Amino acid sequence: MTSPIPNPVIQVTALTKRYRETLAVDAIDFSVARGATAAILGGNGAGKTTTLSMLLGLLLPTSGQIRIFDEDMLRHRYRVLPRMNFSSPYVELPHRLTVRENLRIYGRLYGLRRVEDRIAMLAEDLQIGDFLDRPTGRLSAGQKTRVGLAKALINEPELLLLDEPTASLDPDTGDWVRSYLEAYRARVNATILLASHNMAEVERLASDVMMMRQGKIVDRGAPNTLVARYGRTNLEEVFLHIARSGAVEQMPA
Amino acid sequence: MSLAASSRHPMRVGFSFSRVWTMMLRYLYLLRSSWPRTVELAYWPTLQMIIWGFMSQFLMTNSSWVARAFGVFLAAVLLWDVLFRGQLGLSMSFLEELWSRNLGHLFVSPLRPSEWMVSLVAMSLVRVVIGTLPAALLAIPLYHYSVFDLGPPLIAFFFCLMLMSWGLGLAISGLILRHGLGAEGLAWTLIFVLAPISAVYYPVSVLPSWLQYAAWALPSSHVFEGMRAAMFDQVFRWDHFFWALGLDVIYVALGAGAFLWSVHVARQRGALLQTGE
Repeated sequence: MTSPIPNPVIQVTALTKRYRETLAVDAIDFSVARGATAAILGGNGAGKTTTLSMLLGLLLPTSGQIRIFDEDMLRHRYRVLPRMNFSSPYVELPHRLTVRENLRIYGRLYGLRRVEDRIAMLAEDLQIGDFLDRPTGRLSAGQKTRVGLAKALINEPELLLLDEPTASLDPDTGDWVRSYLEAYRARVNATILLASHNMAEVERLASDVMMMRQGKIVDRGAPNTLVARYGRTNLEEVFLHIARSGAVEQMPA
Repeated sequence: MSLAASSRHPMRVGFSFSRVWTMMLRYLYLLRSSWPRTVELAYWPTLQMIIWGFMSQFLMTNSSWVARAFGVFLAAVLLWDVLFRGQLGLSMSFLEELWSRNLGHLFVSPLRPSEWMVSLVAMSLVRVVIGTLPAALLAIPLYHYSVFDLGPPLIAFFFCLMLMSWGLGLAISGLILRHGLGAEGLAWTLIFVLAPISAVYYPVSVLPSWLQYAAWALPSSHVFEGMRAAMFDQVFRWDHFFWALGLDVIYVALGAGAFLWSVHVARQRGALLQTGE
């Protein structure tokens, strides 16, 4: 299913995660090229977040191999982590610290020398300057998302992993975030891997979509290729087709 | 504008004290953000000291044992607070990360578990100083008793109790990481199981003989016996000091091992993303 990519930023081979009786990720293989935006698409429990967590090193695989920037992530993750970052609406920043304090802490953890300059730059780019000195817990959902993005970009990562980057955002803020991510990727030739079940978002951002169901990558391709392959009009219809065909397969005879 | 290469530190892949200090800064920001929490650190030790101070004044005229060394209970209560606050201080900094659901961000950063562990230990020392120093200083004008009169042995007692508190704090934090926030009560309660056999206010010889074996396995029992020897007999019991130190090495090694093992298990179970309020 995967065509070989020269010098991929992410290369995953036979990646598997089993929780006792549950097979969350089932021997998946994929690679992502430098500068590409790839998306993992799937319903709840398909294995998207589990896959991202293993790529980040937050979760140990049961078996398989992850290579990022040509380093074995299981053995040398500390060589790789400074070059990547992550954002998720489900992982928060400490509420009682101000936005500036949180960004300063992460800037220092990522080894930045001129952290305050970087914070000022991100504050301007992401329009968070007005609430830099406000406790993070007192921000609206949209403001928190932009701050989460600022944290994810603090080290100007070459690889950005995003879990549901626009979940619970109003359409306007969601659109703004997507535009920003497109511009960021183009500006620094970053590689982005996002997990989402927002079809419009994936269709707009990703050039490469992996459809996951029950821990497996069941199909893969560019959004318009997938749409054409299944004879549908958009990615949402493709998603529904794949999800429902899975449900049919599970039905007892 | 892109991030110039010159604005990045050359990234230390190995252990970094800069990252340890950064994590301490994170906890200091937290203390600074809430003065009631900072005052609370000193509240109970001060209250305990006041109660035991009056108790000591009463017992001075009713107990020949206390009359021989007026400050024996005050020193005991202050040193017990070093142990308790040391453990609690470490566990509280750890719990802050769980409460704020911040573990996912921390563990995808270049921060190593060992660096985080050292920052928790260092913050425990800061919290102990903030918590117990006001009580120790207040005892001087209130009761004309200074725990600092113990001299150099006080440093030895303090050091041994801090080491024990770190061992216990790391083990308790590991248990909470393993079993989730439902087990957070352990941070406040588990150490009190050790209080009756730590011989804080009475000698180990008071305990039933079978319980004395358990008492001598605790560094704290040796510290409090050593404290009484220093106050009543004006001698520094090196035997108790070395016993306490040796046991501390074991406690810290076991605590650190349990903590790091729990982080490893959390990575196997996916708990680093899920743990939170």
